[in-house]
Amino acid sequence: MKIFLNGEAKEIIDSCTVMDLLTEMDIVGQRLAVEVNEEIVSKSRHADYSFNEDDKVEIVHAIGGG
Amino acid sequence: MQDDKLIIAGKAYNSRLLVGTGKYKDMDETRDAIEASGAEIVTVAIRRTNIGQNPDEPNLLDVISPDKYTILPNTAGCYTAKDAVRTCQLARELLDGHDLVKLEVLGDQKTLYPNMVDTIEAAEILIKDGFKVMVYTSDDPIIAKHLEEMGCVAVMPLAGLIGSGLGICNPHNIRLIKENARVPILVDAGVGTASDAAIAMELGCDAVLMNTAIAGAKKPVLMASAMKKAIEAGRESFLAGRMPKKAYASASSPIDGTFF
Repeated sequence: MKIFLNGEAKEIIDSCTVMDLLTEMDIVGQRLAVEVNEEIVSKSRHADYSFNEDDKVEIVHAIGGG
Repeated sequence: MQDDKLIIAGKAYNSRLLVGTGKYKDMDETRDAIEASGAEIVTVAIRRTNIGQNPDEPNLLDVISPDKYTILPNTAGCYTAKDAVRTCQLARELLDGHDLVKLEVLGDQKTLYPNMVDTIEAAEILIKDGFKVMVYTSDDPIIAKHLEEMGCVAVMPLAGLIGSGLGICNPHNIRLIKENARVPILVDAGVGTASDAAIAMELGCDAVLMNTAIAGAKKPVLMASAMKKAIEAGRESFLAGRMPKKAYASASSPIDGTFF
């Protein structure tokens, strides 16, 4: 199944959850926020939320800025 | 001066200097400069997590801990109300429900001048959604008052273009905005050197937000320390009330008792 992660196409397994994706990226526990199709997926839902084909997923964090 | 606190959204701060975390050489310099500035409120930007980034690289919020600082996520880079609202919502999720944000909606890449139409639209949505909005604005006193009346917790007029270091370009407008205000007025953008920060405070502003003036100095950590002092000096000077200007000299030493 294909999703778009931070603007790039990515193949994931069916029934992949947000937590599965974060685990694969090795960023579990970091301060970040996840959005799917412009809707926030809160931390409490990461383990249960599974992606659908062509989901637009954004994972963001805080960086230096003024 | 211990009792002279800056109150934003009901929280008291000792420092009247707010600083950004952009444009530093590395995380060490960021941390040292923020520390030297004495700032308690620190702005950050929200961006995509780099895919394939070295996971051992320090995260900004590990260096500038939310336990120690009030983190103020900004909407820098947003050119529409929609993008700004989305950025704030992501920031709130990222910071476990922390709802103080710096709203800026830009209108033009060359000047980074704020688009006030979209800024007002975004502020309205964010305030309804429970955010505490500190808003970047043009130095128009009528717009500034409108933002206050909408419920923004602080109004932050530019003193000069973002990152320009041009200083306090229109002190008269900053003074007018401050005169009419019931919420904190912060100069945001334009400050280039310590005397600019002191001038902003002498105009009666409640605080100053800056980034490039520190990060862009040859020695950022030293400039951070200079800014801390300039903000304190400007504030005390404002509270002390300056002497009136006179056209002619007025001797400081008594005329009586001269022996020559």
